[in-house]
Amino acid sequence: MGERLLEVTSLSTHFYTHAGVVKAVNGVSFSLDRNETIGIVGESGSGKTVAALSILRLVPDPPGKIVEGSVVLKGRDLLALSEDEMREVRGNDIAMIFQDPMTSLNPVFKVGDQIAEAVVLHQGKGKREAAQMAVELLARVGISDAKRRANEYPFEFSGGMRQRAMIAMAISCNPEILIADEPTTALDVTIQAQIMDVIREMQGVYNSGVIMITHDLGIVAQMADRVMVMYGGRTMEYGTVDEVYYNPHQPYTWGLLGSLPRLDEVEKQRLTPIEGQPPNLLLLPPGCPFSGRCPYERPVCRETFPDLESVGPDHGVHCWVPLDERLAIRASLPYFAASVA
Amino acid sequence: MSLVEVKDLKKHFPIKSGILKRTTGHVYAVDGVSFTIEEGETLGLVGESGCGKSTTGRVILRLLSATGGSVSFDGQDVMNASHGDMQRLRRDMQIIFQDPYASLNPRMRVKKIIGESLRIHRIGTDEERLDRVAELLEIVGLTAEQGERYPHEFSGGQRQRIGVARALALNPRFIVADEPVSALDVSIQAQMINLLEDLQDQFKLTYLVIAHDLSVVKHISDRVVVMYLGKVVEIADSSLLYDRPGHPYTEALLSAVPIPDPGAERARRRIILEGDVPSAANPPKGCVFHPRCARAQVDPCTVAMPPLESTDGDAGRLSHEVACYFPTRYAADGTATASTPA
Repeated sequence: MGERLLEVTSLSTHFYTHAGVVKAVNGVSFSLDRNETIGIVGESGSGKTVAALSILRLVPDPPGKIVEGSVVLKGRDLLALSEDEMREVRGNDIAMIFQDPMTSLNPVFKVGDQIAEAVVLHQGKGKREAAQMAVELLARVGISDAKRRANEYPFEFSGGMRQRAMIAMAISCNPEILIADEPTTALDVTIQAQIMDVIREMQGVYNSGVIMITHDLGIVAQMADRVMVMYGGRTMEYGTVDEVYYNPHQPYTWGLLGSLPRLDEVEKQRLTPIEGQPPNLLLLPPGCPFSGRCPYERPVCRETFPDLESVGPDHGVHCWVPLDERLAIRASLPYFAASVA
Repeated sequence: MSLVEVKDLKKHFPIKSGILKRTTGHVYAVDGVSFTIEEGETLGLVGESGCGKSTTGRVILRLLSATGGSVSFDGQDVMNASHGDMQRLRRDMQIIFQDPYASLNPRMRVKKIIGESLRIHRIGTDEERLDRVAELLEIVGLTAEQGERYPHEFSGGQRQRIGVARALALNPRFIVADEPVSALDVSIQAQMINLLEDLQDQFKLTYLVIAHDLSVVKHISDRVVVMYLGKVVEIADSSLLYDRPGHPYTEALLSAVPIPDPGAERARRRIILEGDVPSAANPPKGCVFHPRCARAQVDPCTVAMPPLESTDGDAGRLSHEVACYFPTRYAADGTATASTPA
């Protein structure tokens, strides 16, 4: 892969609430290269969104606080920057697309003006030139009749077009990193395909690194080069998509893969769900957050979170189950038994 | 005879505007939908937002009145049933809602929520009803003690189980499940799908499962109905749907669904549809899909909506109907021989 853009090391973001401390992100590390897409996948409450917000230092404080770790963007530690310097980074170096494009666009300003505002702010362009650029950007993300559309308000756009406008705004300043937080969750699947197409195309044009945050393992398989699986604020497993999907080592990853109905299944297979309910983030055990739901749990699991174990090139896992035992268990699972056959 | 027969069902919502609230147009939410559901079968109803799938489910249960067409349940006319007949019918026809937060009354204890229909239908004594509620809670994987709690004390997946227990209370024969898993996390989704399948075996239930997630619908259903803009465009046995879609919309829809398998994803050909779904208040003339369709011809596609017709490619063994003038046909070995217009 290309040049290293981002290096996140043992990042921890906690929320101090009246009910107690929520360790939303707990010692998470990952990196991102130019032209690369990393998928962060997890269920609600896994900490994937807070991890992304922490990179941009957008976690509301109070109650949230980045308590530990470093976020290094091409040699600069973002956590050490002043608020003014950070504002330069946002938009210019790292841009973000949010889940709900309606709440992230201002309803009382024209779409074109909102995109132009970012251009004026970050690139010091004149108003007229910025307006012209806004039209070009809208056209580039596939909005037809961009000139007329730039003069419309967000309510006149469909959901898919709003998300395109958000992408136009995000790429307006040529960011090196694009963070997409569930960019298509609110959209229909055919529109989702359009948006993913636009994101991929823009990545090709600008050579950016993309962080794709999603709960959908299908989107990760489609878009990402590498993937990080999160649960209860922790990284459970990370690696190239091929490693994590075809050679997964974490019982939680097995659980996710076994839970999914597949469109291309030929013989109907009964799903193997993960038993139990999602964890209460206020009452997470000091050890592995998946203990309590994990069928292969042992006493140590609740007490201490296991260290990273390397199980292949660019493939790491946190799990107390010994390697040989792990592989034996996996071979016996219906999901993997079927895929081997 | 099929358990549920839906014929040419229509639901048009009036658009009112101005001071006098005159009707200035209609949203053609459901516009001539026909299908049948056999006893013990799971029929999936799939489509994107605004295609009319939820409205169809509600009209079948007469939670909304139809604009036209007919629905019969076990031979009985649902649309014209009297108040008393309807009440008896409702024992047999129940619904599970999408949002487990909005569909449970936050001020009622769970045992009361589940037992309410028993009370309304005056079934059993208070004590018998409590026993039944306890039994229902256990059937859906909760405990009888949890009946004393309020909905907010449960997680999303557990609330959805409460919704299922409520639907089962009267021993129905037919359940409409409207997006039963879309509010749930992946790991909990699988629990719910398995529960629905187990209950079907245990109580010989017939399901209409409405969902936008094609993978879920295909997994759980015997046959799948694909809707677009108020119309049925394809009905297929779910084993045929992925390999042999006939309608170009179904093909695009299937190709847009990401598969959790990186190798399979790299090998796929994706059809990206242009533009958005048109407004149901002003649907296109002719075939509703023609403005986004690569195969569309001025004549006949813009002239009239094609009827649903059986495709012969499956040798008639499995049910497969497509509403398209130029459906994809398949040779015996499964290769597509698209009848692209000349």
